[in-house]
Amino acid sequence: MGLLDKEFIDSNIVIAKSEDLLNWARLSSLWQLSFGLACCAIEMMATSASHYDFDRFGVMPRPTPRQADIIIISGTVTLKMATRIKRLYEQMPDPKYIISMGSCSNCGGPYWEHGYHVLKGIDRVIPVDVYVPGCPPRPEALLEGLLKLQEKIRKETLRTKKA
Amino acid sequence: MKISEEIFEILKNKFPDYKFGLETETPVEPVLSADPLKINEIAHFLAENEDLFFDSLMNLSGVDDANGEKSTDADGAEIITGGTLSVYYHLHSMKFNHKLTVKVSTPRENPEVESVEGIWKTANWHEREAYDMVGIIFLNHPDLERILMPYDWEEGSHPLRKDYKNPEFYHGMRVPY
Repeated sequence: MGLLDKEFIDSNIVIAKSEDLLNWARLSSLWQLSFGLACCAIEMMATSASHYDFDRFGVMPRPTPRQADIIIISGTVTLKMATRIKRLYEQMPDPKYIISMGSCSNCGGPYWEHGYHVLKGIDRVIPVDVYVPGCPPRPEALLEGLLKLQEKIRKETLRTKKA
Repeated sequence: MKISEEIFEILKNKFPDYKFGLETETPVEPVLSADPLKINEIAHFLAENEDLFFDSLMNLSGVDDANGEKSTDADGAEIITGGTLSVYYHLHSMKFNHKLTVKVSTPRENPEVESVEGIWKTANWHEREAYDMVGIIFLNHPDLERILMPYDWEEGSHPLRKDYKNPEFYHGMRVPY
């Protein structure tokens, strides 16, 4: 349940659990590490642009990992890039979330057999929260992935923290 | 404007001691073959000669001909011994608007080709790519490093060799599916 769904009973005071407040704050302002890898990044940019407007969910790109909450792995992850992604992930402050976007970062995609240079799934390097299938996924699919992640964050408690 | 047959004759007259060949049965355009250790001299002539003036190297690619003896090792992976690796040069003259394809073949066990970087600067990165992918050594190249694969990729491992075997791990990441 969302924080603001609670009724305003007396004057302008909302009584809620601190967990709900934290979760609500976190899921409503998922700042994204601005980071794109391949054709999926084009769809991700389309999602950020005015037609789909990622910003209405509080997602906006940050060019530094130190101020980012979420990293969308949008495209083919080469072995050379994987070492860098791991470094970027380690530089992000907790709590941090990952959306794996598209077949390539889910499982290697079309490079699964002969891609000598491709990591067969970003989950071999960093933990993934939501996988978005597609090649590349349409912006609607990425938005759905983000909503799934928001649901996941909403259910977090201090004891079942996942990131 | 000159066709490949005419250029073949010009080269044979200019360098009577060097071996040249001309394949005309190719699907698109004739392929002129030359000596890999003399290609820098030949390229210099092709670029500077007043009637040829090949001022542009459109492309340079390394090819594994896979024409050696094929056998299998203990794991069932294919190994090729002997045969050749080739480098193809696609040249174009802006002035005369004619084209030429040159091929040099070099033995697989010691694949050495003279660099043409001094004649066409384009060749610098192209030769690095051919080295990275197929493992052709370009002599007198100013900076023959890997260009696409990571610098710490396994020494002597060139992915576009026909008998290439992927490593099991790279920096602790499993490579095969």
